[in-house]
Amino acid sequence: MAFKGQIVIDTEHCKGCGVCVEACPMKCIEISKNVNSKGYNYTHTVNDKCIGCASCAIVCPDGVISVYKVKC
Amino acid sequence: MAKELKLMKGNEAIARAMIASGTDGYFGYPITPQSEVMETLMAEKPWETTGMVVLQAESELASINMVYGGAATGKKVATSSSSPGISLMQEGLTYLAGAEIPCVIMNAMRGGPGLGTIQPAQSDYFQSVKGGGHGDYQLYTIAPSSVQEMYDFVFDAWDIAFKYRNPVLILTDGAIGQCMEKCYTRDFIPRWTEEERRQHAPWGTWGKPANRSHNIITSLELESSRQEVFNQKLQAKYREMEEKEVRFEALNCEDADYIFVAYGTSARICMKSMELARAKGLKVGLLRLITLYPFPKKQIAELAKKVKGMLCVEMSAGQMIEDVKLAANCSIPIEHYGRFGGIIPSPEEVLEAMEKEIVK
Amino acid sequence: MANLDIVKPENLVYTKTKVLTDNVMHYCPGCGHGTAHRIIAEVIDEMGIQDKTIGVSPVGCSVLAYNYFDVDFQEAAHGRAPAVATAIKRLNPDCFVFTYQGDGDLAAIGTAETIHAANRGENITMVFINNGIYGMTGGQMAPTTLVGMKSATTPYGRRVDLNGYPLRITELLATLPGTYYVTRQSVHTPANVRKAKAAIRKAFENQKLQKGLSFVEICSSCNSGWKMTPVQANKWMEENMFPNYPLGDIKVDGKLCENITADRLVLDHPLTVVNK
Repeated sequence: MAFKGQIVIDTEHCKGCGVCVEACPMKCIEISKNVNSKGYNYTHTVNDKCIGCASCAIVCPDGVISVYKVKC
Repeated sequence: MAKELKLMKGNEAIARAMIASGTDGYFGYPITPQSEVMETLMAEKPWETTGMVVLQAESELASINMVYGGAATGKKVATSSSSPGISLMQEGLTYLAGAEIPCVIMNAMRGGPGLGTIQPAQSDYFQSVKGGGHGDYQLYTIAPSSVQEMYDFVFDAWDIAFKYRNPVLILTDGAIGQCMEKCYTRDFIPRWTEEERRQHAPWGTWGKPANRSHNIITSLELESSRQEVFNQKLQAKYREMEEKEVRFEALNCEDADYIFVAYGTSARICMKSMELARAKGLKVGLLRLITLYPFPKKQIAELAKKVKGMLCVEMSAGQMIEDVKLAANCSIPIEHYGRFGGIIPSPEEVLEAMEKEIVK
Repeated sequence: MANLDIVKPENLVYTKTKVLTDNVMHYCPGCGHGTAHRIIAEVIDEMGIQDKTIGVSPVGCSVLAYNYFDVDFQEAAHGRAPAVATAIKRLNPDCFVFTYQGDGDLAAIGTAETIHAANRGENITMVFINNGIYGMTGGQMAPTTLVGMKSATTPYGRRVDLNGYPLRITELLATLPGTYYVTRQSVHTPANVRKAKAAIRKAFENQKLQKGLSFVEICSSCNSGWKMTPVQANKWMEENMFPNYPLGDIKVDGKLCENITADRLVLDHPLTVVNK
């Protein structure tokens, strides 16, 4: 059974540490060239390969990632 | 236990009063001359009767921090020690004062500095009332001069501690801790119920229900402007204590030409010296200080207008005298007489000092 | 490039627990403290014990932990959290009490309180964050700093002849009869976070058994103190910290694990000289 997922990043509270980028098995996340109001280069999704595994959210030190998932 | 008259040591009175006053916990570490406090508690096994917790800690550092933890949950938690142990506790005391945690600490003073001696002394006055730890804080400091007062002041201490959310220090010495006297015990006050605890300590860390925000016990405030406001609040509380909670006993002061100023064991000696003086025709009175903080400034200022001189008697090199002189604005002769290193002065030598230094 | 149609409440599988407040954590980007906080909060949430949990924070980077956990919390003096927690638990035996301490707090200034709380078998949970450095004060040597590791007070690397050995307090505590559960975990990968969370869950559940202290070390990185990026720091931790601080359970249900030999516990003291 396959899953399709989507993450929502609270970019304003993201500190751009990049730990989620390393953790993502589907290489969906990258660090943005843009910064938030604190000056951090926040992370964002760059493709639609997310499977909703939540690895990114689980390692996120600041708890800024929410994960949505459906069967497909 | 019902009200009765018993013969007991001062240290034992502290322990029995803790049980009778509904104390929830005692955390201590043995040190002479007050080890009988914990020994009495352990022998009484209050955990089987009132449910009071008693634990021997690994150090005074641990015991005062156990007080900090236990008392922060809004329960009545106490400890006791003697001078070197109280020095170790200063860190905990400033945290307790800074986090505004009610608790009771007893110091049975012994001679110092350093390991000093196990004999009685009164040389921790500065440490007690000037803030032995860091920061601008005050402990409500009350000095019993009898076994009965050792017992009674534990009850009073809980009232003050919770009324002001402030640590209370019962400042006594090895002589009162070790001497045996008759003492009227009181009817037991039951330990607070869960509802009473929450009512007396809505600020406590007793588990966050859904209908309130989490309670935080801390003395940390990194924002200087807020830390200043907090300090102002503390100072306002101390001013209120100074206004409302001063306690003293004035003996034969109405017609006195000269007065002794003393507390605790020294006050007991001075009572006899006063009798000897009166027998010789000298109009001598005694101002016995009961609270050392708040200090009876007004009463001393008033007396300074009426008497010709004061002799401060203290088992130290002269600490309390500084506050007496400030209160009297040095308007009359005020001298110190003290023995230290564990020596208790005799009534005769105290009277001789009065005659030589003040009456002249 | 997003599956935005999926973003519906019914499809939500993971979000920050409500046992954490909305306050933005002050920790450096990539710091393990945030992850450790989150898994503790998730355990409290999943066990339904928010109204019965009392936390104790240390002095160090996590001094302000009370701002992030939505449970009653007390901030202890440096190193004294085990003593504070001892009394909280003794006076409130129905509550779940945990301390959260760093290596300087727990293994240097508070060593006596740590060992004696463990030896008394206090029914509390202690969470120990070991990053081998004093983070808050600016990266000085900790008791757990590795041999050869540079810090603000060992600028040429820690020397055994000068500074002694890295202290493996977790192994030391496992030898005490008062500890019921002793484990070392990390939170730098999703798999490790899951294991660490299971360990935290066990450490909290154990409080119901009243059989002694549960101790969870989380070996963590301090990328600011180590002067690396967060991702580099996690790799450096795997290569250098883990040989000195091996991950896994040491003592479970009051018994040393089978693989924990005397050598592993006491003698096998890898003195990896690191050149950072």
